[in-house]
Amino acid sequence: MANFDTPELTESDTVEIPALKSGVMSHSKPFVSKEQFQEPLGFPGELVDNWKDVAVNKLGELLQTNRALQVFMDSCVKCGACTDKCHYFLGTSDPRNMPVARQDLLRSVYRRYFTLPGKYFPKLVGATDLTEDVLDQWYSYFHQCSECRRCSVYCPYGIDTAEITMATRDIMNAVGKGQKYSNEIIGKVFKIGNNLGLPQPALEDTLLGLEEDVKDDTGIDVRFPLDEKGAEVLVVTPSADFFAEPHIDGLIGYAKVFHAAGISWTLSSHASEAANFGLFIGSGENMKRIAMRIREAALDLGVKRIVFGECGHAWRVAYSYLNTLAGPFDFLDPRYPVPQHICEFTYDLIQRGVLTLDKSRNDHRRVTFHDSCNVARASRMGDMPGGQFIIPREIIKATCNHFYDMAPDTIGEGTFCCGGGGGLLTDDLMELRVKGALPRMNALKDVVDEHEVTHMAAICAICKSQFSKVLPYYGFQMDQIVSVHQLVSDALVLDAKQ
Amino acid sequence: MFVTVLFALLFYAATAIFLAGIGMRIARYARTPAPLKIPTTPAPTTRGGVVLRMVTEVVLFNSLFKANKWIWIFGIVFHVALALVLLRHLRYFLDPVPAWVVMIQPFGKYAAFAMVLGLAGLWARRVFVERIRYISSPSDHLMLALLLGIGLTGLAMTYLWHVDITAVKLFFTGLMRFDFNPLPAHPMLLLHLLLVAGLMIIFPFSKLLHAPGVFFSPTRNQVDNPREKRHLTNVKWMVRSEKPAASADQ
Ligand code: SF4
Ligand code: SF4
Repeated sequence: MANFDTPELTESDTVEIPALKSGVMSHSKPFVSKEQFQEPLGFPGELVDNWKDVAVNKLGELLQTNRALQVFMDSCVKCGACTDKCHYFLGTSDPRNMPVARQDLLRSVYRRYFTLPGKYFPKLVGATDLTEDVLDQWYSYFHQCSECRRCSVYCPYGIDTAEITMATRDIMNAVGKGQKYSNEIIGKVFKIGNNLGLPQPALEDTLLGLEEDVKDDTGIDVRFPLDEKGAEVLVVTPSADFFAEPHIDGLIGYAKVFHAAGISWTLSSHASEAANFGLFIGSGENMKRIAMRIREAALDLGVKRIVFGECGHAWRVAYSYLNTLAGPFDFLDPRYPVPQHICEFTYDLIQRGVLTLDKSRNDHRRVTFHDSCNVARASRMGDMPGGQFIIPREIIKATCNHFYDMAPDTIGEGTFCCGGGGGLLTDDLMELRVKGALPRMNALKDVVDEHEVTHMAAICAICKSQFSKVLPYYGFQMDQIVSVHQLVSDALVLDAKQ
Repeated sequence: MFVTVLFALLFYAATAIFLAGIGMRIARYARTPAPLKIPTTPAPTTRGGVVLRMVTEVVLFNSLFKANKWIWIFGIVFHVALALVLLRHLRYFLDPVPAWVVMIQPFGKYAAFAMVLGLAGLWARRVFVERIRYISSPSDHLMLALLLGIGLTGLAMTYLWHVDITAVKLFFTGLMRFDFNPLPAHPMLLLHLLLVAGLMIIFPFSKLLHAPGVFFSPTRNQVDNPREKRHLTNVKWMVRSEKPAASADQ
């Protein structure tokens, strides 16, 4: 892998717009997916001979089946409002990472093959033929978008680069140029049930181990049930929660909350993964197939409710798409929304006074909160607009005495991506991940300087993995990132009401 | 007479292309399914809320305001001025002229200056701000030139070389009844009209489609209620299920 310099943190809390450095990130590419990962997903094993025709046809098909794509291809006025909104542009200075320029990699091909001016006056309107060079650029730069949707907040027409990135990745898969990381993971989900390829016995072992750990720690028998028929709640959580740090502390937190509330719950080995990488590769078919497992597990186990754990894009797919893709869910208890987020679940218990929380147990922490993109800009919690910002913060405030938000234009709907979302959380993209984290690191440094913040809490598995890896590059410690439910776990007084 | 016939035909053609082109685009946007719910949150949870959101976008350029104050100022000055100027021009097509059109005449006249100013500001950014220069193609500059040309020739006629307005009105009201009245062969007027016809013709093939497009943008016009109401479309991949869902479907 290429060597690179970690960008310097800046002193000020304003976002600095870098001078353009054309092409500095054109070398950044993830590993190409091999045949054995392509075929189970229904994609050709390698670049097909007539790939240009296939690509143009696929684009045509997508234009006819996705209104967003068609409208977004036509509507951009090149106003430039989005140019300084992408963390990858801010961190790399490569102008192709300005959202409008990224979109134009596809748009210029759209113009050439699907519009009159592009057919007859290509130079005038910036239309280009689909060539190998263009495909190469697609592969580079559409894998430098974490589909975080920050740009879509600021575009006067709501043009969402994520939709364009997904469409282009879908086209690339259709011609046989898929990305290894995402496609291999989807394959594991189909074959074994989760991203990590953890088979049922390993999962069971891990959960038993956790029961012992919690018993050692607290002296209380907190259960981590798997495949228990008739449980009230099915919990679907990212598989990173089963073993990665700090994710696992979040899982312990969920288990303690269920224990304290006296509500029976279970995990499922059939749907032992909340993540849905079908979203990242823009493949509706795969997204639907992955989503179906959750419906199957819920029916099979006979649960009444479905609750999702801390995972950003999984929550987007669950909140916005699950009903569409895998519903209807009218076999569940109608008194609860389908699905619920673990934060909604815990918040409700806090509101009703069911949980006893001792905030002082978190006094060694001064906490800030990182809004994850997919939660912030693509989903909701509770029943009010903006509930996704309020509920996690209320949970933190109920469990910690010291909470400080980062600068307003770097959180909430304007939150900066961790730099590792959208299928980019792979070692072959380390340079991009480190550089893309710059805006978030700057905002973090501000609250560290000003309020002596020690920890950043998050509710997304990808954010947590990304930060543990990237924080040290910027002089922070990897364990400064924590799960929100880790804070709950530490503050929860378990024996009080038993 | 030659000029009159030429411009009459030009305007028939331009109007036909404009209306048919926009109509076909809108039909296409309306027919294309939106397979999934993708509002950019925090989004309204009711239809009424969505209407309000669209109004703030279309009238106040709310998102653009959040994004960049300079683009917002130039953009809104240009668009509001353009709207006023267009409304003012109704008096060349309506007989009798409604009172409110008479009332806005003075504003409309000065709005032309604001329109030119707004366009100049947008163009200056396109030329001098590196990022925006990078994303501009020749057509982006041409479009600004076209609009600026329309504004300047209009201003020239209002303040420098006056035109026989009554004759212009007779020409246009005549056109609407397929009845050709002579168009004054005033070079500034002809240039103005030529540019306007040009704009109408390229409208349906250009980025000016953002005008109808904004109303069809799913990130802005969808209600954020996927848990409350199941969103369904008949897109092929949604209907065709790879694996049949488990037993009980209802
Ligand atoms: S979606 Fe996010 S990562 Fe992609 S272009 Fe927009 S701001 Fe950048
Ligand atoms: S903000 Fe929207 S319209 Fe403006 S350049 Fe970016 S994508 Fe295009």
